[in-house]
Amino acid sequence: MRIGVITYPGTLDDRDAQRAIRLAGGTPVPLWHADDDLKKVDAVVLPGGFSYGDYLRCGAIAAKAPATKEVIKKAQQGLPVLGICNGFQVLVESHLLPGGLIRNEHQHFICRDQKLKVENNQTAWTNLFEKDEEITIPLKNGEGGYIATQDTLKMLEEENRVVFRYLEINPNGSMNDIAGLTNERGNVVGLMPHPEHAVEPGFGPDTPVATRSGIDGLKFFQSALKALVNS
Amino acid sequence: MLKKNKAPSGVDTVENAQQEPDKEQPWKELGLKEDEYQSIREILGRRPTSSELAMYSVMWSEHCSYKSSKIYLRQFGEKVTDEMKKHLMVGMGENAGVVDIGEGLAVTFKVESHNHPSYIEPFQGAATGVGGIVRDILSMGARPVAVMDQLRFGAPQDPDTARVVHGVVDGISFYGNCLGLPNIGGETVFDKVYQGNPLVNALSIGSLKHEDLKLAKATNAGDLVILFGARTGADGIGGVSVLASETFGDEGPTKRPAVQVGDPFAEKVLIECCLELFQAGVVAGIQDLGGAGISCATSELASNGNMGMRVQLKNVLLRDESLTPEEILMSESQERMCAIVPKKHLKDFEKIVNKWEVEYSVLGEVINEDRLYIDWGHEEIVNVPPRTVAHDGPVYDRPVEYPKYQDALNADSSSTLKRAENPTEIATQLMELISSPNHADKSWITAQYDKYVMGNTALAMPDDGGMIRISEETGLGVALATDANGKYCYLDPYEGARQALAEAYRNVAVTGAVPRAVTNCLNFGSPENPEVMWQFKQATAGLADGCQELGIPVTGGNVSFYNQTGDTAIYPTPVVGVLGVIDDVARRIPSGWQDDGNNIYLLGSTYDELDGSAWAKDLHDHLGGRPPKVDLKKEKELGDLLHGAAMQGLIEAAHDVSEGGLGIAILEASLRFNVGARLWLTELMERDNLDLTAAMFSESQARVIVSVGREDDVKFQALCEARGVPVLRIGVTDKENQAVDIQGVAKLELEAIRVAWGGVLPGLY
Repeated sequence: MRIGVITYPGTLDDRDAQRAIRLAGGTPVPLWHADDDLKKVDAVVLPGGFSYGDYLRCGAIAAKAPATKEVIKKAQQGLPVLGICNGFQVLVESHLLPGGLIRNEHQHFICRDQKLKVENNQTAWTNLFEKDEEITIPLKNGEGGYIATQDTLKMLEEENRVVFRYLEINPNGSMNDIAGLTNERGNVVGLMPHPEHAVEPGFGPDTPVATRSGIDGLKFFQSALKALVNS
Repeated sequence: MLKKNKAPSGVDTVENAQQEPDKEQPWKELGLKEDEYQSIREILGRRPTSSELAMYSVMWSEHCSYKSSKIYLRQFGEKVTDEMKKHLMVGMGENAGVVDIGEGLAVTFKVESHNHPSYIEPFQGAATGVGGIVRDILSMGARPVAVMDQLRFGAPQDPDTARVVHGVVDGISFYGNCLGLPNIGGETVFDKVYQGNPLVNALSIGSLKHEDLKLAKATNAGDLVILFGARTGADGIGGVSVLASETFGDEGPTKRPAVQVGDPFAEKVLIECCLELFQAGVVAGIQDLGGAGISCATSELASNGNMGMRVQLKNVLLRDESLTPEEILMSESQERMCAIVPKKHLKDFEKIVNKWEVEYSVLGEVINEDRLYIDWGHEEIVNVPPRTVAHDGPVYDRPVEYPKYQDALNADSSSTLKRAENPTEIATQLMELISSPNHADKSWITAQYDKYVMGNTALAMPDDGGMIRISEETGLGVALATDANGKYCYLDPYEGARQALAEAYRNVAVTGAVPRAVTNCLNFGSPENPEVMWQFKQATAGLADGCQELGIPVTGGNVSFYNQTGDTAIYPTPVVGVLGVIDDVARRIPSGWQDDGNNIYLLGSTYDELDGSAWAKDLHDHLGGRPPKVDLKKEKELGDLLHGAAMQGLIEAAHDVSEGGLGIAILEASLRFNVGARLWLTELMERDNLDLTAAMFSESQARVIVSVGREDDVKFQALCEARGVPVLRIGVTDKENQAVDIQGVAKLELEAIRVAWGGVLPGLY
């Protein structure tokens, strides 16, 4: 299975996302922001970083890139898309997901091992998790505070579209402790924390067993491969 | 791509200089001394043009020319053996040293100061400090893979410290995170001696294949000189000469316009663009633009290659059309690089920079003549031998004088301080130390840095050293640690510098890596003060001798003088960075224990050494006497033992015993994974003839605590005995009891320690 990873100018975690796809058993395909050819990939990851320097608003310029426009079109037809951090911001700016992301409540960039609850295991990117499973993956952002209107929040909760919620600490002031969302169809998922940084023993978050041994992020990519096989 | 600029009237040309030989020139305002100005006139056989004067003034500044330090830095190149040079691919004098790490791979690393800009404008000062060192690494042909920062602030409670702390940490966070480089460690120290002169040092490390090494050289006549990256603006003009080479007066920060402004997005794009240019093989030589901007890049590229250059300054792309030629030559605008490109590769070069939407302009070409000509339109404004600008600046053997205060300082030993009379008092002191800003949890700072990006971080703060995987195939990696103890160096700069080296060496050794090379950032007061010069002379000798003893070479570094407010200099603060190599990062050792029931050993001997300690300074506000003795032979034996044990997988955790002594080390190792321990110190006190205060707080060197699984106990002890490293079991890890239980002293609950330790920095800032 071929999963594309888009590189915008200022993208940082593209190589990490490619590694995660490889470790999950997929074939990573690098995609370039200026190119509207998605190279017939089966799914797409919008990785973290500071696309276009986060100028204007995080993700706003990337949302208008030729590659993104193609992703929006295909996502509406069911292409599995995962937006991580800046990628989540791009999905929100592209209106594939509702709401907005603003400066962290405490005004600082924060990097920490973050505990999350998997609220929805019916999406293309979470089908290998148990419902309500608790996982730990790194979080690192400056503008990760999720906001939406009360109506939108109500709709997201009612339709079970909150995929991840922060546990123990809400690290950025997100409404309803929302860490990640999906679209109606469940093929598009966006989240602030970074699953691609928890895929390889020795380089993930600390666990009670051993230093840097957390690999809870791997299941995101394995889930996508499973969804693709099943479809 | 080429654009025409308006010619400002009255440009001072070479012709003018010949016609008006006696024109008054502002050499003094530009930071030159009278004899320096005279020697420029001698070199040129006429007065310099205003552009030439600008170039010489920045390139001959202390910051760029190392004129006061050169005669001492030479010993880093002289006190080396062939064995030490074995792994050294590029030594001192280039943008950064390059070290062979095996498997056809190499790393380049360097630490640099950005102290003065970071005081004036902490955010941009610190940010551009990161940006500058990263470009140094990039210009060696390497992909930057990590950063670290060494920070020294004033008194924690001083209101101005908050301004500097917030600005500096935000600046590093902003720039480093946006560049996508993991921040894997560093230091944070508070002391009122840094109040008016904080130290902001930044280190970067990059990796490359041997064949990808690039040098800052122009060697072929006809090759093009191309400036690319950000446009040139009015920021940082004269920064190096006016800022880095002068002492702050009482009027404080007023030189704001001389601080550069950083754009990490531009730098990230520039990094990727450069790496693609290197891959494509279209660049013959490359130099980053930092201090002294175009003056530095053109003269150094030409001088390094023993060639000349002809440059059209009007071809420089500007952010501000009103800039004068002198300003363009001196501007320190960030995110710019200068490449030497053979003409036949210009098309390929253009294709790649266009892909990354990076602007560029051809400034001129390399010529086979010992001359750097710079034209402004049709007028010649610079005509100089490049070597006289770049390399043959003044060299000073400045007066050196043993400080008048030194004997009294060394005589004022901490032995007069009252020691604790009972265990309760010891426990109170330990809690006081762990909750003092210098020993408190630094995660308020480090949590603002991305340590995960790139996915190769094997160790990062709060572990003793940072570690990065270089080869994903084999797990080959490098560890890095930096240290400096200004207090020790103030008491004895020679011994203090050796101690900084010893501690950085040890901090690399505890990770399981083998130390291989050294970098340094020497932060001192004014070289015009003979007592400061004595400190510098002692410290450089100590460091060079120490490196020779340990058998690891200095690969490069940086000197920062004039760190003082008025007449008061900072403590001499030679930051020493040690790089180690580890065959497989999977064998790395963290700094805290995690398993239950493992034995805790103290390696090394403890002496009653409390002079200059945290116990003396932070608890009794006393600084005097002699710093702890450094025995590098013992450090080496300890390092070898740790590596051997790591290879056999015998050690679960290893933590350096340094500032705050054994007491602080034990608490830190327990806090790392929130796993407690039971300890007993009576045997140690008997064996090494110590009282409880010395056992807990002495800062004797060459000591490490380790935890070892019971099944490996016999093997481990045998290994220690075989290598002659003193070993003593002092405790056992305890997962059940959430406490550090020091028998006969106190049982300290982990939660209580964590609250006291963790609340300090968030409370202050």
